[in-house]
Amino acid sequence: MKLARRIYALSIIPIISVLLALLVGAILIILTSPVSQGELDLLLPIKAYEALLEGATGISFLDTDDGTLAFAFSIDPDRAARALTSTLVAAGPLVLTGLAVGVGFKAGLFNIGGTGQVLVGGIFAALAGAAVAEQPVPVAVTIAVLAGAFGGALYGFIPGALKAFTGAHEVVVTIMLNSLAAFVIIGLVNDIFKITGPTFARTADVGNAVLPVLFGRDGNVGILIAFAMVPIAYFLIYRTTLGFEIRTVGANPSAARYAGMSPRRLIILTLSMCGLFAGLAGAIIILGPSLGYYPAVFGTTIGFAGITVALLGRSHPVGIAFAALLLGGMNAGAPAMQIVADIQREIIDVIQGLILLFLAMEVVIRRVLRVRAESIAPEELQTVSASYGQGSTT
Amino acid sequence: MTQIVTAPALEMRGITKRYPGVVANDGIDLEVRPGEIHALLGENGAGKSTLMNILYGLATPDEGEIALDGNPVQISGPSDAIARGISMVHQHFMLIPVLSVADNILLGEETMANPIFLDRNEAHRRIVELGKRFGFEIDPEVKVGSLSVGWQQRVEILKALYREARILVLDEPTAVLTPQETKEIFEVLRRLAAEGHSIIFISHKLYEVLEIADRITVIRRGKVVGQRVPSETDEDDLAALMVGRNVQLIVDRGESHPAEPRLVVTDLRVNDDRGHEVVKGVSFEVRAGEILGLAGVAGNGQEELVEALTGLRKPISGTVELGDRNVTGTGPRDLQKAGMSFVPGDRHRFGLILTFPLEDNLVLTQYDEAPYSRGFLRNDAAIHARAKEAIAEFDIRTPSATVNAGTLSGGNQQKTVVAREFSRKLTALVLDQPTRGLDVGSIEFIHKQVIAKRDQGAAVLLVSAELDEVMELSDRVGVMYRGELVALLDAPTAEREEVGLLMATGRRDQAALAEATTSMTADLHLAEGGAEPPTTRTHVPPPPPQAGNDDDGSTSS
Repeated sequence: MKLARRIYALSIIPIISVLLALLVGAILIILTSPVSQGELDLLLPIKAYEALLEGATGISFLDTDDGTLAFAFSIDPDRAARALTSTLVAAGPLVLTGLAVGVGFKAGLFNIGGTGQVLVGGIFAALAGAAVAEQPVPVAVTIAVLAGAFGGALYGFIPGALKAFTGAHEVVVTIMLNSLAAFVIIGLVNDIFKITGPTFARTADVGNAVLPVLFGRDGNVGILIAFAMVPIAYFLIYRTTLGFEIRTVGANPSAARYAGMSPRRLIILTLSMCGLFAGLAGAIIILGPSLGYYPAVFGTTIGFAGITVALLGRSHPVGIAFAALLLGGMNAGAPAMQIVADIQREIIDVIQGLILLFLAMEVVIRRVLRVRAESIAPEELQTVSASYGQGSTT
Repeated sequence: MTQIVTAPALEMRGITKRYPGVVANDGIDLEVRPGEIHALLGENGAGKSTLMNILYGLATPDEGEIALDGNPVQISGPSDAIARGISMVHQHFMLIPVLSVADNILLGEETMANPIFLDRNEAHRRIVELGKRFGFEIDPEVKVGSLSVGWQQRVEILKALYREARILVLDEPTAVLTPQETKEIFEVLRRLAAEGHSIIFISHKLYEVLEIADRITVIRRGKVVGQRVPSETDEDDLAALMVGRNVQLIVDRGESHPAEPRLVVTDLRVNDDRGHEVVKGVSFEVRAGEILGLAGVAGNGQEELVEALTGLRKPISGTVELGDRNVTGTGPRDLQKAGMSFVPGDRHRFGLILTFPLEDNLVLTQYDEAPYSRGFLRNDAAIHARAKEAIAEFDIRTPSATVNAGTLSGGNQQKTVVAREFSRKLTALVLDQPTRGLDVGSIEFIHKQVIAKRDQGAAVLLVSAELDEVMELSDRVGVMYRGELVALLDAPTAEREEVGLLMATGRRDQAALAEATTSMTADLHLAEGGAEPPTTRTHVPPPPPQAGNDDDGSTSS
């Protein structure tokens, strides 16, 4: 009962935010329908969202075969399996970048460096994977994945150390490190690590380090790695003394110092850990069955999507897992929506942006909709606003 | 006071306000006459703040009515209250330190020359005139941040008068003042009353209430339990009314048996955050089994001194010895292991994590020790068991051990800190403002605990802006003034007036007395020196007007 109340209090605002974002998205779809469909189509959002749902889960609730709309619930098992696989594949890295941001929030840190940490993790995994390409699969995969995690952790350590010892704000530093990682890696892959053969610049194949496929076309070990981090992160944050220290520093750095904790150590440790999660995300993308090498053109927005995931999941590992599934599902279903309803898939980015916007408007939503649930420590929002306001938390 | 038969300036009848699980106000009647200073007395959580929030339009009563000058009114919000001539001077000043006195007063009540520009000349004229009328001349162009606390309070009062307030509510106005400043503010209040203003005076300090009030209404657990006239009551009577039992106002501190020096401070110099030296070569020793009290107006270096002693701030020179160890510059963790306990002055900043459960707060400085931690794991069962024990032992009034510390009343929050710090194995105890903002019942409890620790052989350093507390508890009394320890007296022979004078001027002769009582220049002088007025307090937002979240919260009853 108490747990149910707590879950309600934590999840009501994210749920309302998603619904509002879908609502506004629907209005946008209607307003743009004269361009996309040639006429104003009031029912287009229903078709679009249905296609999205079907693309993400295989569940269909419309029968559009004869050109009219009729409600008809159906699940095609094959299609559902394919759809859910691609949802999980898309959600895996999002879980990790969500944790990369959410764990940081727990310590009062705003890690915008997910993108850079993903790239560094990816290149570390690619190079290590290529080096052990001939080793037996379990060995090769383990080494390549750990190399990716290490690379990300290293790239999180840098802003952590800079903040701890010089007070340099992690938001500024990580934004700059994102660009640094992107361009240095492009240079490296185009030059030093480029292999001859392919028509485009990329690193060598990782061979046996490719993540084994467990189910479907590309349902691979990376999904397990990603979701395994959810209970690990939960345990770390809520069940260990280190997690208590991290949460204390996040909630009240002065009190943490008073209690004998070392905010410096915790800042470095936490940002390294955030980097580790993001690095793992890079590793499971690069080592995934659809790549298996690092292409010079590799660019990704999942580092930033991690911010939405963390905020939507209320920085709680379980919430982050659900948020990643939701966003992963949207990404997985977007192509189907584009084909079926003929709507540009970018509308999904717009909706995800709107989710973030409504989450940030928590106070307004509470007032307008008279949400009765107590507000449970929106510490992540405070961290975000503090990042732009008063600066350093040490 | 002349008793003319007129309608009361304010009448609150049968005010009832229920919050989930608690009746904060239960049929309260309050009548304030024009020109009356009416004291409202009650423990934390008795319902004073709720009642005043209702008067100020921050809360709507479930039952009851409010009448101003005999006319029933509905007060819809603070701006409505102000428009009706009700003003509140909060305990934490609502002033912006970097703005001038005039700007602070004009905020929200702009005197306009035309639709675009302020009429500064007119505003200045009115501010100066109001000041003169009530006995304090103030320069409207002085920055509020450079004023002493006493003068900041006068700015708050001016703000109310500028808005033509007829009913002024003062919430613990003397909590941060020296005895001299208190006298001066009382003079101001008397003048206000003489001009027909009605004043509601909220305080915990019984002798002050007896000195200033025309009538006293006592509230306990949401009900009016009595009304008194100062000439017909005394402190013991009021305390018993407030708490509902007989209270020992002055703890029996017994005899101290000081042993060897335990905490020895030698020529300590400490900088503040801005790099100014605010502790200028302080030396003293606290012996095992004695209480050394440090009196001083807030902002005379005590805060930095305490932070340096407890490892939160590195001193620039000098030494601190604990037992026979030199602990200068040692961090909080090592000091705690060495047996030092610290009750910080700002419990919200240092002492508690308001968004954490009570039980986590009860082990905040022991979370890494057995049995609360096993290896790298938290032992939730042990933490929970400890919380149950501490709640019972220290009478922390809370619905459960898992509610957030922020929902407790101020007194119970402080008891939480005390429960945690006093339960450690300790050899030295540093107390910074241990009873700030607490009611007599809680103060009595904490004072008894302090004496008990002393008698068990702890060296106790008590730093307090509350002169009475220092005088009552200490075996020896030191006075801090502008970063120096200007006097170290034996408590039994020290005179309250003398210490008060030392606090205000750093000296104890007649010239100092004259200086302390002449208006603003002395205070400005005081503020300009090494002494930093505690302007940080002005940033503290008002407690949200919900149940259970303010100092008058519901959870304690």
